[in-house]
Order: sequence, then C-alpha cells, then structure tokens
Amino acid sequence: MTIDGFVALYIFMLAAFAGWVIIGRVPAILHTPLMSGSNFVHGIVVIGGLYALLNASTALEQGIGFVAVLLGAGNAAGGYAVTDRMLAMFQTSGHQPAHAAHKAGSHRRKATAPKKG
Amino acid sequence: MLTMIPPLLIDTVGIAAAFLLMFGLWRMSSPVTAPTGIKVAGVGMLAAVVASFLYTFNVSPAAQPHLPMNLALAGIALAIGGGLAWWSGRKVAMTAMPQMVALYNGMGGGAAGAIAAMELFGSHAHGITQLGVTLLGAIIGAVSLSGSLIAWAKLQGVLNKPLRIKGQQIINAVVMLVTLVIGFYIMFIVQSGMTPILPMQSLIWLFFGSAVLFGILMTLPIGGADMPVVISIYNAFTGLAVGLEGFVLQTPALMIAGMLVGAAGILLTLLMAKAMNRSVSNVLFTNFGDVVKQKQGAITGSLKPTAAGDAGIAMRYAGSVIIVPGYGLAAAQGQQKLYEFVKLLITAGVKVRFAVHPVAGRMPGQMDVLLAEAGVPYDLIFQLEDINDDFASTDVVLVIGANDVVNPSARSDKASPIFGMPILNADKAKQVYVVKRGEGKGYAGIVNPLFYADNCNMVYGDAQAVMAGMIEAVRGLGVSAAA
Repeated sequence: MTIDGFVALYIFMLAAFAGWVIIGRVPAILHTPLMSGSNFVHGIVVIGGLYALLNASTALEQGIGFVAVLLGAGNAAGGYAVTDRMLAMFQTSGHQPAHAAHKAGSHRRKATAPKKG
Repeated sequence: MLTMIPPLLIDTVGIAAAFLLMFGLWRMSSPVTAPTGIKVAGVGMLAAVVASFLYTFNVSPAAQPHLPMNLALAGIALAIGGGLAWWSGRKVAMTAMPQMVALYNGMGGGAAGAIAAMELFGSHAHGITQLGVTLLGAIIGAVSLSGSLIAWAKLQGVLNKPLRIKGQQIINAVVMLVTLVIGFYIMFIVQSGMTPILPMQSLIWLFFGSAVLFGILMTLPIGGADMPVVISIYNAFTGLAVGLEGFVLQTPALMIAGMLVGAAGILLTLLMAKAMNRSVSNVLFTNFGDVVKQKQGAITGSLKPTAAGDAGIAMRYAGSVIIVPGYGLAAAQGQQKLYEFVKLLITAGVKVRFAVHPVAGRMPGQMDVLLAEAGVPYDLIFQLEDINDDFASTDVVLVIGANDVVNPSARSDKASPIFGMPILNADKAKQVYVVKRGEGKGYAGIVNPLFYADNCNMVYGDAQAVMAGMIEAVRGLGVSAAA
C-alpha cells in the first residue's frame, strides 16, 4: 500500500475533522483525562519506532531506534496509566438526585446504578 | 505468497487500532462511559504494538543480519520505557499530573523526532514531499520534546523564574530561521546529489540541535500561570509530528491517530486561551503570566476576618452553598476535609454545589480530578457557564484556595490585567467566605476587591486546618441540630 500526496491529505483532513468533532463533545469536567488520553493516543508513535528499529542496519540507527521505541513506549504506557487512574475516580452520587438533575441529566440514563455508593 | 500475510495482518490490526483509539476518545464525552473508553483504546494500542513485531518478516535486506539484535533492543526498550512510565503513572500524585502529562508528551515528541532522524541518517526518505514532511515532523517533534521538558521543569519547580533576555523574540526568530535553512539545505543536497559543505551527519545533528534549542528558548520566558495553554499546545505539536512521520513511514494508523490528536490539541488550546481571555499568540509571545505591574482601580472597604467555626455554622444554617475551590486547596491537601464538611452540610439538608473555573489548577480540568479523587461525586461539580447565574440566588459562597477566578475587576476594571476574563460571580451571593493562607495576593499578583466587599469575610489559615475547624463547629451543634 502506498499513500502519496493527495491521499495523505485526504486522510489528514478527515482525521483532523474527526478529532475536532470528538473533542468538542467532551465536557470541561473531563478535560484533564482528555488531555492525558489524547496524549496516550499519540503514543501510537511507538509502532513507528518499532518499524524503524527492526529495519535498522547501522549502530547509529540502532541507537536512535532504541531511543524512539523507549520514548514511544513511555508515552503510551504512561498516558494510559494516568488516564485510567483518573477516570476511575469519577463517580456519581446516588443519594442526591434532586441536585444532580440538571447537569447530569444526559448521563443519568446510563447511571441509574452507580458503581459505588 | 507467505510473505504477503504479515503485511496484511499488520494493516488489518492497524485499521482496527485506529478505530479503537478514536472510539475510546469518543466515549470520553461523559464520565459514565469514559472509563471503558480508555480501556478500549488501550486494547487497540496493545494490539498494534504486538502486531508490529510482524515487521520482522519483511525487514530490508540490509537490516537482515542485525535482526536478532534489533529484536532484542526493541524488547528491552519496550520493557524499560513502558515499565518506568507505567510505574510513574501509577504512583504520581494528582497535583503533579500536569508535569507528568508534559513529560509523557515530550517523550512522544522525542520518539517522532527520533524516527525522523533515522529516516534522515539512513537516507530512506526520497523525493521532495517525503523529505519535506520528514523534516517538518522532525522540527515539530524536537520542539515538542524540549519545550515539554522545560514545561515539566517549570511545573515541577526545578525552574522557578521565567527567563527573559532582551531581544528574546529576535533570538528565537533567528534560531528558527537557522533550523529552516539547514532543513532546506539538507533537502537541496539530497535532491541534487552535490557535496555538502559539512558532512551530512553533522548537518542532521545541527538541524536537530537548533530545533531543540528553539523549543527551549520558546518555552523559557512563559510564566507558570500560562502552563495549561503550553502543555495543550505541545500535545497538539506531538500529535502533528506523529501524524507527519506516519506519512513518511506509510503507516495510516499513525497518520490518523496523530492528526486526530493534533486537531484535538489545537481545539483544547483555543478553549483554554478563551477561558483565560488571552489569545494563543499572546501567551506565546508576550510573556505575561506571572508578574503584573499595572495600576489597579481604587479599593473601598476593609478586610473582615472571621473565625472558621462561625463561617462553618453560618453555612450549616444556609439554604444553599456554592463552593469555589482553587489550586490553593490542593496545595494544602484540603480536598478530603472539604468533602467531609460538605457531607455534613448535605446531611443537614443544605444544597451544596461546587463551581469550577476552567483554569482552576495547572491544567484544564485539574480541579475536577482533584475533587473526584477526594470522593466528590461529579454531579455536584458544575462548570462556570452552568452555575454562574445561580450565584445571585445563593446564600453562602465558600471560596477556598482560589483568588483570580473570583476577582470582580475582570468584569469592571479596564485597567486590570485580567479584564475580560470570564470569572465566577461569587461576589453576587448574599454572603461570601474566603479561606486564604494570609493577606497576600493571588498567583497572578492582582488585588481582589471581592475580599474588601461588604458581603465578604476572610477566614485566614491553612485550608486543611480551617476545614477541620468548620467540621468541629458543625459537629458541635449536636445531633439535634443536624436532624
């Protein structure tokens, strides 16, 4: 598969648009996990690093490839760890429906059975 | 025939991974679905990493003899990089989250830069488009690496003062220009086949060196208060760099994921800048963000201190209370005690809500995470636009560890440096209590007329100690009062 100039531009354009739309829906309360989560998503760079490292043929390339995989893996693993940890903290209160009604209205459909009291 | 299978598998997993990463972010639209969203994205990432070992079956002939070594290196790099980052991510304190995100982000930028370096050193990139994209991705990745590291150092407190030299802008412009010139020269040499003035390797090192230097110089003068915008920008930068290198490596998953984050990061940056009433270029090039030396409007009234217990009891007998938490609360580790107090109020029948300003904390949404960590249910947490009209009909507002985000000068005083910034209308409530360590100014060094207003009392002390005092006073009222 070869992706050249214009096909690449189409991919970039659609992906950028998708990113804009997806992130536009995220409520401000989740902006920190969103940022660390999107940080995690660009950790996909690690597979580019793996490709480059496996195709390395000189000591210099091996060295830089090693750094690329090391950093990329750190980006992905760290981004996942902190995002997962933060999101697990967000919990709803079962006993405050009157107060919760106006903001959490859209969430409550699925949140009728909160995970923890 | 057999050699066809690995690439086909890699492409299949790649497209699945791209979908899962996007779907994971899609689920972040609500705190209910977000926890599974990140897990879905994690599965996609893991599958992509495992599948990329299939590249083993199609390495270039030149790399064939080095394959065992390369595989070993890949395994070690994955284990060390992934392991260390995982461990640090599991144990980092929530208050230190901004610098941790900056660090991981810098790593991603560095990885993208390193991939570009390998393409250049190994002369894999051919043609103007490929070379140009490689070099552009290299610049953005390198700037993101060094810039994020400086941001990390600033947030961590390693670098305390913004460093400003005379003619900073000109120096930055020159460094950027040098980077671009070297980049174009590399392109020219590769395309024309002429002998360069310096060995090619030195040119590539110089190119990366000046790009890294630019990232450092660009970030050093930016003040601590502007760091949320800076982290956000570098997040977008790393995304773009990853997307561009994805094109060079012909890996659509990288192109999609990278560009997705690039666009998302730009949107988030604009939202942050808007919440601070600043333009992005203003943040990057004018160096406001910590020291302010403008004249203030005249202040009338006086500071009226009151005891923590009295404030606590006043809230116990109020009908509705809104709490405005700021970073000072987290700095004093007072969230747990605050929520303990809030639970007492709720049991007593008081309507309690939290109002969070978009820039409370050191990165967007950090205050929400800190409250969630203390156990505050997210349906008690309200954002500025959802709660601002309710202040006027609220009995008591408790401002704790926050200052600039409730400064009414932002609405009225044109001379104020924060004029025009959206603020929480705490001053419109019937009674305001402000918990503060002392009489000092806020993070941005601006006088706050709210503290001198007739309906405002100050409660001085460490946030944790003050909350303990309020809890004690309300508990002291006894069970009969709470019933």
